Amino acid sequence: MRIWPIYKKELRLYFTTPLAWAILFVFMLVMGFFFNLYFNFFARLSMQSAMNPGMGRDLTVTEYVMRPLFSGFLSVILFLSLTPAITMRLIAEERRNGTLELLMTYPVSDGAIVLGKFLGALSLYAVMLAATLVYPAMIWYFTPLEWGALATLYLGLFVLGAAFMAVGLFVSSVTENQIIAALGTFMLLLILWAIGWGAENAGGAVGDILRDLSVSEHLDNFMKGVIESRDVVYFVLLSAVFLLLSLLSLQSRRWKG
Amino acid sequence: MIEVDKLTKHYGPVTAIRDVSFTVAPGEIVGFLGPNGAGKSTTMRVLACFMPASDGSARVAGFDVFRESMEVRRRIGYMPENVPLYNDMRVAPYLDFVAEAKGVPRSARKRRVAEVMDRCLIADVQNRLIRHLSKGYRQRVGLAQALVSDPAVLVLDEPTIGLDPTQIKEIRALIKSLGGEHTVILSTHILPEVAMVCSGVVIINRGSIVAQGPIDRLVEQFFPTARVEVEIAGPRAAVREGMRSIPGVVRVEESGDGSNGGGRFVVESARGRDVRGEIFQLAAQQKWNLLELRQVGMTLEEVFIRVVAGEEREGATPAGTDPAVATEVATR
Repeated sequence: MRIWPIYKKELRLYFTTPLAWAILFVFMLVMGFFFNLYFNFFARLSMQSAMNPGMGRDLTVTEYVMRPLFSGFLSVILFLSLTPAITMRLIAEERRNGTLELLMTYPVSDGAIVLGKFLGALSLYAVMLAATLVYPAMIWYFTPLEWGALATLYLGLFVLGAAFMAVGLFVSSVTENQIIAALGTFMLLLILWAIGWGAENAGGAVGDILRDLSVSEHLDNFMKGVIESRDVVYFVLLSAVFLLLSLLSLQSRRWKG
Repeated sequence: MIEVDKLTKHYGPVTAIRDVSFTVAPGEIVGFLGPNGAGKSTTMRVLACFMPASDGSARVAGFDVFRESMEVRRRIGYMPENVPLYNDMRVAPYLDFVAEAKGVPRSARKRRVAEVMDRCLIADVQNRLIRHLSKGYRQRVGLAQALVSDPAVLVLDEPTIGLDPTQIKEIRALIKSLGGEHTVILSTHILPEVAMVCSGVVIINRGSIVAQGPIDRLVEQFFPTARVEVEIAGPRAAVREGMRSIPGVVRVEESGDGSNGGGRFVVESARGRDVRGEIFQLAAQQKWNLLELRQVGMTLEEVFIRVVAGEEREGATPAGTDPAVATEVATR
């Protein structure tokens, strides 16, 4: 499989156009604002706990700064809206421009095209995550960190990103309109995120299924510093399903008709 | 090198091509001619393995385009209509990407890209964004991406559309130079282009092939006679009779009024037989004023008009059976 040239091309297109830089800029700007918020809050709590001992026993930076920084309500919105920005162009743009026609006549398998594009998007996402490492680095300057919990948190965010990119890639593969691709991705991710919220009301077996399908439920454990195999499997499976759907959508061109 | 057998493609209820069959020998340059919507692009897309046909088969370099598509794609260079390119890439990195995707080994890549840029006359824009290129340069970059892996077969859809006359000349020379080592199939609207560049031609109309073969043989087949246009000031009936009696003349037709009360005629004679001398002698003998004497070359254009327009008039009957149709259309 000739994934490498496709992957390289996608990365090149992200970083030689303003796209990747614009996404990184927005992401870091908002994350910086959140970090400032949570860190100040944490600092205030620390001050108070210093005055009445016993209160500060459960006070950790991982729990009070890093976790809300990534899984707080505002951050969720940020992830849900930046994913379409990364993925909407992947296939839709090539379909619209006709470059897909040319690409599909090169001796590159459809699977390689899907994987190359997926890995390209995931790499940009990984760069975004890596850029946020400045926050733990800053904290570490002031106070010791729980490295294990932090690593788990980042692992969770990475597998989450993989699933998100796969969803975005799929939606981008079914339309040639980038706006539709972006909106569709946002809606689909929103549904995947919020589907568990109805679990309480549904109750019983249906409630359990809804909860199991929900992205937020599975991300929770990672945020708490717990790696459960079922959560890892969930994200890997979610990615695989949408990559397969993307492949089918691309291959439908080649079906006899 | 290219064998197309009874290819049929439906788009839903619309049949784009029906039972298209033709072959292209190795090293040949074949022109694919037809009016808009005749099915040229569809046939080329099938050949380039972009989409499968509904029925029939096509083989390129001995491999089936549907079942052994990867093998075909390794051996083909395709340039679609309107040349889709990555607007946000620069020319040299773009060609490097194409070469890599087509499996040109790393060691040869840089050299291949440089060669192909030289050959397609785009070395001077190699660091420009494709977005900023003029139509002519885009077209040549499109040709370069088809050529970069040095494929045995080239499928070019309208390679000279939108170019200025100098560029057209350059591209034609380039394509012509590809013959021999590459097998080329190109579609075009411009008929003289085919005569200039191609050795063979396939004419397609409304999804079916209406004529094919080497150009001179086609012309001969459709226009078995040589033609001379004459304008003579003299008594028309006598002039016509006089010319009719020249040995070798098959047919004399009055085509209109000349000046000074004379007439214009089209004289048809057996191919290879030049009757201009005799016409002159005749006019001199009879003291008629010979005002014009011109040999009319029967070109591919006339063959094209005849098969395509002739088909439209006669519906499904094979074209080129009634010479009257062609003359009528040609003089329209």
